Amino acid sequence: MNAANLLKIALRALNNNKLRGFLTMLGIIIGVGSVITMLAIGQGSKRSIQAQISEMGSNMIMINPGNMDKRGGGVRQSASSMQTIKLEDYKGIVEKAKHVSVASPSVSSNGQFIYGANNYPSSIYGVSTEYLEIRKLSIGEGDMFTDQDIRSSAKVCVVGKTVVDNLFTSGDDPIGKVVRFNKIPFRIVGVLAAKGYNSMGMDQDDIVLAPYTTIQKRVLAVTYLQGIYASAVSEEMTTKATEEISEIMRANHKLKDSEDDDFSIRSQEELSSMMSSTTDLMTVLLACIAGISLVVGGIGIMNIMYVSVTERTREIGLRMSVGARGRDILSQFLIEAVLISITGGIIGVVLGVFCSFAVKLLLNWPIYIQLYSVVLSFAVCTVTGIFFGWYPAKKASELDPIEAIRYE
Amino acid sequence: METKKAIIELRDIRRDFKVGEEEVHALRGVTFSIFAGEFVTIMGTSGSGKSTLLNTLGCLDTPSFGDYFLDGVSVRTMNKNDRAILRNRKIGFVFQSYNLLAKTTAIENVELPLMYNSSVSALQRQNKAIEALTAVGLADRLNHKSNQMSGGQQQRVAIARALVNDPVIILADEATGNLDSRTSYEILVLFQELHAKGRTIIFVTHNPELSQFSSRNIVLKDGRVVEDTHNDAVKSAKEVLDSLPKVDN
Ligand SMILES: Nc1ncnc2c1ncn2[C@@H]1O[C@H](COP(=O)(O)OP(=O)(O)O)[C@@H](O)[C@H]1O
Ligand SMILES: [Mg+2]
Repeated sequence: MNAANLLKIALRALNNNKLRGFLTMLGIIIGVGSVITMLAIGQGSKRSIQAQISEMGSNMIMINPGNMDKRGGGVRQSASSMQTIKLEDYKGIVEKAKHVSVASPSVSSNGQFIYGANNYPSSIYGVSTEYLEIRKLSIGEGDMFTDQDIRSSAKVCVVGKTVVDNLFTSGDDPIGKVVRFNKIPFRIVGVLAAKGYNSMGMDQDDIVLAPYTTIQKRVLAVTYLQGIYASAVSEEMTTKATEEISEIMRANHKLKDSEDDDFSIRSQEELSSMMSSTTDLMTVLLACIAGISLVVGGIGIMNIMYVSVTERTREIGLRMSVGARGRDILSQFLIEAVLISITGGIIGVVLGVFCSFAVKLLLNWPIYIQLYSVVLSFAVCTVTGIFFGWYPAKKASELDPIEAIRYE
Repeated sequence: METKKAIIELRDIRRDFKVGEEEVHALRGVTFSIFAGEFVTIMGTSGSGKSTLLNTLGCLDTPSFGDYFLDGVSVRTMNKNDRAILRNRKIGFVFQSYNLLAKTTAIENVELPLMYNSSVSALQRQNKAIEALTAVGLADRLNHKSNQMSGGQQQRVAIARALVNDPVIILADEATGNLDSRTSYEILVLFQELHAKGRTIIFVTHNPELSQFSSRNIVLKDGRVVEDTHNDAVKSAKEVLDSLPKVDN
């Protein structure tokens, strides 16, 4: 029997049992639909994180005290090991590292900001003026504090929009006002341009910047730095810059070759690949769950094909008695199974695309539908149909014609 | 008779079934030949082995012992696929319970055997089906579905299906068993017409009355042929039908 006739028979069989055919497809529809939606969500969040990272400055390098690689074991590092970065390191990087364009020291403290009757808990970051460039921040109103402010450890600061909103509830112009941080008065010289939330849900406007010298001397009373931020001259030079910084710091700290670093350097590039491997893992997990539902759908097909074969035993017997060979019967039922799974697959693709956009519209999650996910789920569908349809079809083709035609 | 071609040649056909520990001997050595153009009735009580014999003749079943030649070809040594092809090209089967495809038109039911013959084109298939349905008197019912027809009409469709591949022999197993007596005679009239046109027919029945309408009668008992006679005074089914009281439809 030729393919066109086989297809006609299969279509008729499905047409005679529309509701059952649809219910059987449901497993496949849900399976394919969820594979596509899950992959769209996974890919979407991966892309959005990558975009966020490059927006934050893809050539940013962070230097922290203590050896990150040795920190993993859950052993808390001693206080002294967290005080290894000194101002000399910062100066060394600025003077000697050719692949570093700008750098800023970093010290911070948590506490309460008070203005009038308003009270707001936040952090104050002690940095140099270059910090704005490194973090891609800009001043909205007023000015950044100056290098002169840094030299004189002036009690001035630049604040983010969230802090302004919480302290200046009556709508006063914050520029020139004095806020208290842990009882120390800071005069606001500028307000940062609003940046909103980042992809991890952190408020990027909940920030206060002050000269690092002020934080070191007047707030924390320390001489060390909590970290250094630097910018490589370009994204491609990040690795070279990292190596340079490491050399300079090891020399400064007089470390022998046998000794481990007492600091750690993280580049944004590294962070980006770490992030994408996390989201990749998430994508794989989501796809696995969706894949399981495809298998469940396949078992549904197998189940219904068994029922179909049993119901149509007499028909099979008759077809055999007029000359159908085993392979004719086999292909008849196999095509029926594949037709169910492919039709389910098409509906599933439509449903998956629809759900992806629904997620985007209703939940505001980033989505990205890749062509390969559509092609893949379609292929998996067809294979599912053949795989799970095979056994019932084989059973049908091996029926004895006499027994089949007498079957009640 | 010597000049006539043997369509079927059976030599000591035996068929044993294993039922649990016991062996059932359904056929215990059947030998006969059937020639082109014969209309043979095979009779016997229920359980005498008629269906088993017919299934063997129809290449649906293989004998446990003995030789069977259909149109000069030995069937015994054939594999499943070859027997399927043989059924498709040389045999027309009519069953007691019609066995039409549900929700399918008469013409599509009749086309079925030709669907499994790739040398017949779609157009040829349709033409042959129409021809066969015309031969059984259903030219005006081509597109009626099986559930829209009476038992007699359904059996006519089944007979058309048995004719469509132009078989060397038509095998009917209790073909009138499900029909009332009037409709049974109508079907018998049809078989007699087909016979008159040169068809070779084997008609299995447990009803001894029906033996008068065929040219040869074989009687089976316990899997053996106990009688094999020629009927010189073939009764016309049409006359009997005409003599039956008319019923209003
Ligand atoms: N598949 C089978 N398995 C076991 N016994 C069978 C089978 N088919 C037929 N028989 C036995 O063979 C004998 C002949 O059966 P059958 O040919 O159907 O008789 P008839 O058609 O003359 O009524 C019966 O005794 C029946 O029980
Ligand atoms: Mg019988």
